[in-house]
Amino acid sequence: MTAPVLWRDLRRYTAARVGLGRVGNGLPTAAHLDFQEAHAQARDAVWSTLDVPVLRDALGAQVVASAAPDRRAYLLRPDLGRRLAEGVPLTPRPGCFAIVVADGLCATGVQAQAPALVTALTEGLHQAGWDVAPPVIATQARVAIGDAIGQALGAAMVAVLIGERPGLSALDSMGIYLTHAPRPGRRDAERNCISNIRPGGLSVAEAAAKLLWLVAAARGLGATGVALKDEQPALPLLEG
Amino acid sequence: MGFSATVGGTRHNFADLRQLLACATPFRSGDALAGVAAESAAQRVAAQRALADLPLRHFLSDAVVPYEADEVTRLILDSHDAQAFAPVAHLTIGGFRDWLLAEADAPALAALAAGLTPEMVAALSKICRLQDLVAIGAKCRVVTRFRNTLGLPGTLSIRLQPNDPVDDPKGIAAQVLDGLLLGAGDAVIGVNPATDNVDNLCRVLGLLDAVRDRYAIPTQSCVLAHITTTLLAMQRGAPVDLVFQSIGGTQAVNESFGVSLSLLAEAHAAALALGRGTLGDNCMYFETGQGSALSADAHHGVDQQTLECRAYAVARRFRPLLVNSVVGFIGPEYLYDGKQITRAGLEDHMCGKLLGLPMGVDVCYTNHAEADQDDMDALLTLLGVAGVTYVMGVPGADDTMLAYQSTSFHDGLYVRAALGKTPAPEFAAWLHRMGLAVHTPDRLPMAVAGLL
Repeated sequence: MTAPVLWRDLRRYTAARVGLGRVGNGLPTAAHLDFQEAHAQARDAVWSTLDVPVLRDALGAQVVASAAPDRRAYLLRPDLGRRLAEGVPLTPRPGCFAIVVADGLCATGVQAQAPALVTALTEGLHQAGWDVAPPVIATQARVAIGDAIGQALGAAMVAVLIGERPGLSALDSMGIYLTHAPRPGRRDAERNCISNIRPGGLSVAEAAAKLLWLVAAARGLGATGVALKDEQPALPLLEG
Repeated sequence: MGFSATVGGTRHNFADLRQLLACATPFRSGDALAGVAAESAAQRVAAQRALADLPLRHFLSDAVVPYEADEVTRLILDSHDAQAFAPVAHLTIGGFRDWLLAEADAPALAALAAGLTPEMVAALSKICRLQDLVAIGAKCRVVTRFRNTLGLPGTLSIRLQPNDPVDDPKGIAAQVLDGLLLGAGDAVIGVNPATDNVDNLCRVLGLLDAVRDRYAIPTQSCVLAHITTTLLAMQRGAPVDLVFQSIGGTQAVNESFGVSLSLLAEAHAAALALGRGTLGDNCMYFETGQGSALSADAHHGVDQQTLECRAYAVARRFRPLLVNSVVGFIGPEYLYDGKQITRAGLEDHMCGKLLGLPMGVDVCYTNHAEADQDDMDALLTLLGVAGVTYVMGVPGADDTMLAYQSTSFHDGLYVRAALGKTPAPEFAAWLHRMGLAVHTPDRLPMAVAGLL
């Protein structure tokens, strides 16, 4: 690629809003309205929902709901999103690896990417000798619902695949939170996180490789969280 | 010990200082979530009246989180400077507000800071209107130095925040150049890493240091990894200017962040030993935010704004270069809308400054909050009038890694121009030398080909 000459040429190297121009100290009208459009779409994405039947069939999964009755309650009461609704039956499977697929703050990316990621993970975990429980789909769910699900299953570890807060440039981003010996009351510092899994961010293959590395390290260490440093050798990066 | 006040013929009782402070707090969703908010407007104003009558010295003998159970409380009470406190020792909270508005000036407030506790300034803020928060904040002067001078009168600095979803070096470099072209970067060039990996941290630190060195930019860089990762990077000899950490106002919330006072002290000592600052040795950078303690279930029944102020006691222990609240970042369950975010941002700024901190604010919102660019414009302008030390600069206000909206490089230009503010003097001189002080040329003025 030739060296950038103009200010706006910086846009070649990043999806960030660089090289927008300048009118006085403000944004040119087109850039201003581009932003307003993106914000409007992100606002709508917060209220998107998982197509549960499609995902359930793709994953062969069981479906549970959190204690949050609706989206507004979910947004204002994160404690409800961390708990299971009353009367959810989960069959114990002691020592298993649990995978939870949760809507989180935006369902779009989970809907699109969870099936491929679950397939890649399950394959890798089987090769590593894990008993992998059938995935659990959780709706109106926060990360910590994995603690409740993991405890009910008697899981040795849980990976929660969850929709990340929609940004202006990424309505489709998913994160994974890995927790060793899950049980309600686990702290955020006891988890490891992989974020920005989406087209243009971390690919499904890269995310699966990273998670499998963390799972192996966590099994050796007997813990996840700040005690487990991500020292996986850096992956080759795409050139800009 | 209980408190009470009568409003409209009804006597309202408050069982303890925690309840009094919580009920006196202007409404926000996080206090309702914690179950500590006032139940009525009348109860709130009764609490405010009772609080206004409370002597400042009361806070030296009545802790909201038990001394025995919490190292932050021990830090606050054990490091209190009675001599610095003496000039206001006779005042009530209400009298303190009046004194601040009528008489206090910058030298008096600088001398007083070590005599104030977080709970005193939190109580004060609860009986302040927005204009009081602005006016008192504007009286404070806190100056810090590393490779430049931050917080001088008439200046407003910008953290250049070139976050990339995969920490791609070219994506980061392009954003750094964009920010420099628009006058940002005097507070720090600071990247939030997408993954907390020590190899990655060393790589991004090397990139930022190379850019700074190549253009001889009088500023500092930072990669905002967990403090334990930064310690590893320092052991490997990586160019660490500032040590970053998110902190909170109780021992338990700090444990949820994986830190303690002793760990912070260890990292502070390691950064000081590197001696990379040329004008000063303020080498710590902290972020805080109302709601973090509740989010970690570590709030002890204390309202979120009082806990936020307690985080400032942790920060000031380590003489930081920079501290900012991430006011709109933590989410609508803590600050629901633009009105709540605006008030909290101004509270955090004033309280941090009174406690002696170089206070910045991440003027920001997430897409699940009831807020938009208009709310940010209002808060940014108010904070500029209040003398905020720095705000963030993100390309086009859109952080593509953290998925939230903060202030843009353009916003920084706007607020400086609207209020007659300049960057830190060393950085302003550099902008002038580079021909970037007044306008942004369409053709890239620097030899950037090697960077990109």
